[in-house]
Amino acid sequence: MVWTGLTALLSHWRRRPVQLAMLLLGLSLATALWSGVQAINGEARASYDRAAAILGQDRLAQLVREDGARMDQQEFVRLRRAGWLVSPVIEGEMRFGDVRLRVLGIDPLTLPPQAQQVDIAAGDQLLPFITAPGVLYAAPETAARLTEQATPPVRVAEGLPPGTVLTDIGQAQVLLRAKDKISRLLLWPDQPIGRAPLEVTAPGLTLREPSETGDLARLTDSFHLNLTAFGFLAFAVGLFIVHSAIGLAFEQRRQVFRTLRALGLPARVLVLLLIAELLTFALLAGLVGVALGYVVASALLPDVAATLRGLYGADVPGTLSIRPAVWAAGLAIAVIGTLVAAAQSLWRLWHLPLLAAAQPRAWARASERALRAQGVAAMVLLLTAAGIAHFGSGLEAGFALLAALLLGAALALPLVLTGILHLGGRLARGPLAEWFWADTRQQLPGLSLALMALLLALAANVGVSTMVSSFRLTFTGWLDQRLASELYVTARTEAEATAIRDWLAQRSEAVLPIWSIEGRVAGQPAAIYGVADHATYRDNWPILSAVPEVWDRIATGDGALINEQLARRQELGLGDQITLPGGWRASIVGVYADYGNPIGQVIIGIDTLVQHYPDVSRLRYAIRIAPGKAESLAAGLRTEFGLPAQNVIDQAGIKAFSLKVFERTFNVTAVLNVLTLGVAGLAMFASVMTLSGMRLPQLAPVWAMGLTRRHLAWLELSRGLLLAALTMLAAVPVGIALAFVLLAVVNVEAFGWRLPMHLFPGDWARLAALALLAAGLAAAVPAWRLARLSPSDLLKVFAHER
Amino acid sequence: MLLRLHQIDKFYPTGEGPLHVLNGIDLSLEAGKSLALTGESGSGKSTLLHLVAGLDSPDAGEIHLGGTNIVGLNDTALAALRRGTIGLVFQQFNLIPSLDVAANLAFQARLAGRPDPAWLKVLAKRLGLSQVLTRYPEQLSAGQQQRVAIGRTLAARPRLVLADEPTGNLDEATGDAVLDLMLSLVAETGAALLMVTHSNRLANRLNARVHLHAGRLV
Repeated sequence: MVWTGLTALLSHWRRRPVQLAMLLLGLSLATALWSGVQAINGEARASYDRAAAILGQDRLAQLVREDGARMDQQEFVRLRRAGWLVSPVIEGEMRFGDVRLRVLGIDPLTLPPQAQQVDIAAGDQLLPFITAPGVLYAAPETAARLTEQATPPVRVAEGLPPGTVLTDIGQAQVLLRAKDKISRLLLWPDQPIGRAPLEVTAPGLTLREPSETGDLARLTDSFHLNLTAFGFLAFAVGLFIVHSAIGLAFEQRRQVFRTLRALGLPARVLVLLLIAELLTFALLAGLVGVALGYVVASALLPDVAATLRGLYGADVPGTLSIRPAVWAAGLAIAVIGTLVAAAQSLWRLWHLPLLAAAQPRAWARASERALRAQGVAAMVLLLTAAGIAHFGSGLEAGFALLAALLLGAALALPLVLTGILHLGGRLARGPLAEWFWADTRQQLPGLSLALMALLLALAANVGVSTMVSSFRLTFTGWLDQRLASELYVTARTEAEATAIRDWLAQRSEAVLPIWSIEGRVAGQPAAIYGVADHATYRDNWPILSAVPEVWDRIATGDGALINEQLARRQELGLGDQITLPGGWRASIVGVYADYGNPIGQVIIGIDTLVQHYPDVSRLRYAIRIAPGKAESLAAGLRTEFGLPAQNVIDQAGIKAFSLKVFERTFNVTAVLNVLTLGVAGLAMFASVMTLSGMRLPQLAPVWAMGLTRRHLAWLELSRGLLLAALTMLAAVPVGIALAFVLLAVVNVEAFGWRLPMHLFPGDWARLAALALLAAGLAAAVPAWRLARLSPSDLLKVFAHER
Repeated sequence: MLLRLHQIDKFYPTGEGPLHVLNGIDLSLEAGKSLALTGESGSGKSTLLHLVAGLDSPDAGEIHLGGTNIVGLNDTALAALRRGTIGLVFQQFNLIPSLDVAANLAFQARLAGRPDPAWLKVLAKRLGLSQVLTRYPEQLSAGQQQRVAIGRTLAARPRLVLADEPTGNLDEATGDAVLDLMLSLVAETGAALLMVTHSNRLANRLNARVHLHAGRLV
């Protein structure tokens, strides 16, 4: 019985291979985009976990200075003498040629076993490690990047995060130019009883509990949430195809279901057979989808890695590893998605009256009551979105707002289109035009799912492109302000820096120091820069808000400027006091835009910087000179001091590089956008194709009354284009609202800066052309088939052979 | 002579070779007259009707309508013929579901460029549709739907009405009432009527009848 029933059910797909292909393709694509994003996120998170776990940070408590600055090595000595089991670590960033790396210095003799990343004590490895020139341990890909650079001997160690090298603390202090300094002290888990209290032995230090997530994971959470949201949107759009294909297949087989039931197949068995059929499809499509997802992820990962490095300083490998969790999650989401998409059809089947007359396309015919219910749901969602916009805060609220807005808009679309088509019908003159509008309205329920998917994709495109273009415009203007100097030079040593300053004194209009130290401000990692009192800053710096005479206050050492992300993250404003590394305090006198910087930044006067941090590195300078003379001056600098090319960079070079980084940052969203639009186009194609087979009974009478097939085909094509155009029109305001939420809520939470919104009608026109092309292509195939349909096929409508 | 068929042959391809559906059919019908075409299922009645309507083309023979041989006319010309000269009534009504009754009634007349609101009003009244003009086809009974289909055809005042089992989907009483209406209205418009039916009782009510058996007139 089961086998016979299954054969009857499956025979449907044998007769309709295109429908089966659409179902599998929709599910595969939906799973692919979801899995691709998950694979990327998984790779990045694994990398953060490796970084968080380095030196047992996820398991060992540490002692640090409250202001995040490095401590004196004497603290270590004092604590050991007082009975504390601690081990010193120094860390910092440095450049080996053109490779920038995080250097970790450890003391192998006092390191707790939980922090032992590399077995240095094994064999004869200890001696070369602790004696000059030392040894650098690095992950294989990092070691490969160092092959061309002048470094101490490099050894490969699995398990180290990319972009990090591990070396002896003494060597690290030399490399980082931090003699007798350490960044933190690792605490052994078991400490002797009776040791002196911390506040007595080292009052300037504070205990930091082990963290399983690490700064990077927290900092990048919003970025990954962004990606996940996009992946989910693409998945939801794909599910529209699946829902549509399953619903159609169920409706087409309604007579078969009834017959099987009448012949004695229990409803429960029938439903179970259909669930088994769906699960088989889901697993098949899921496997293909996850494999495709890996292809998508492999293509996108290098850009994501570059983005994470650029925005957050996070090192993620550019290659993908196969993770069983991603496969399992991909298959699970395919199965869950299929069951969700099929739930309504299965429910209807369960309640199918055995003797009820067949109602072809009942699945697609939204009754007025259903449409009204949909309208109410849309209204509730849109009001919820408005409520969240007014009262909500935080990234979660931002995404809830986006979800309510998009879903509400999608649900409202059929209602809006029905209204417009009603209006069109009222304004139409002539029987054909009236029929066209009325018939289009009648097609709406069957096409509404695909149109809703198209709306989501188009709105996402309008929203994201508005956000990116607004960002680009603001960013370009900001670069012009921020990079006002004509040349930027980096000396290799302090002595060379002094010589360069002297040499430039007679050859340039101004030499502006770019000196900085790193530390923690308001609990966040931050860089503190000193600036000279010069018109370059007064005239150009991208100040967002400031007290009067702000630059005078900076010059006199009476205040500090902070960047927007530090202000927003720590809710700091003008007049607030901040504690800077070393424990001194400054008043905030201004906030400035600092796009693309992952960490907080503070600007103080150069004299104040030198006064508080006399050891500050004095290697980098901005040079002001007439633009026409910049190139020859750069050449002169390289010749005179033998500086490598990357140590003398002109303004245009930095701008070009910054813009390249910027474009790369949004490559991922652009690609996901295009893929989502492609999936929506496919949803449209699937719906139009499947509906076209059911259109003949509606078209044949009109043909019989005197319209040619070609004329009807044109009308069918026009119908597709009209609906796509109306959907695009509806997508523009939704997209603008989406852009506003992205700019005003999500970006502020995710990156820490708010941007002004600019509108780009030209982009919308291009997108509209693309949408019309996709809709035209989707409608062209059925229209072409209609134009070439033989009269005998149309006559079957009247001969009752259908 | 409004309609004249001469030596019409029609084949349908099948897996076992071509099937000779119509074989040397000769037939004529004068303006204002009615002719019943009877025969068993599969005898070729509907095929013959479709050929006359220009919905399909014969493999051999000529079909003269108003003095013009319509065989060989292109798609556009045939479409114009169906719009202006012919009216079709189907067994399954084939109303346009997206238009209300009033729009369905007026549709073909407007398509033919001959809208006549006064005549439409008369038709609606005679067909008992005045009260349901704003309803949609799915909201009507089968008898009402067929009356709309007849009204739609006659509203355009075609010279030739082709009806394919127009009462086949109706019960006997409703069918008789609908046929009465159709015959009287066709007579009033002066159109000729060619009606396919398998009912001798209905066929006898027309001016003449021919019987089709295995593709031949007998």
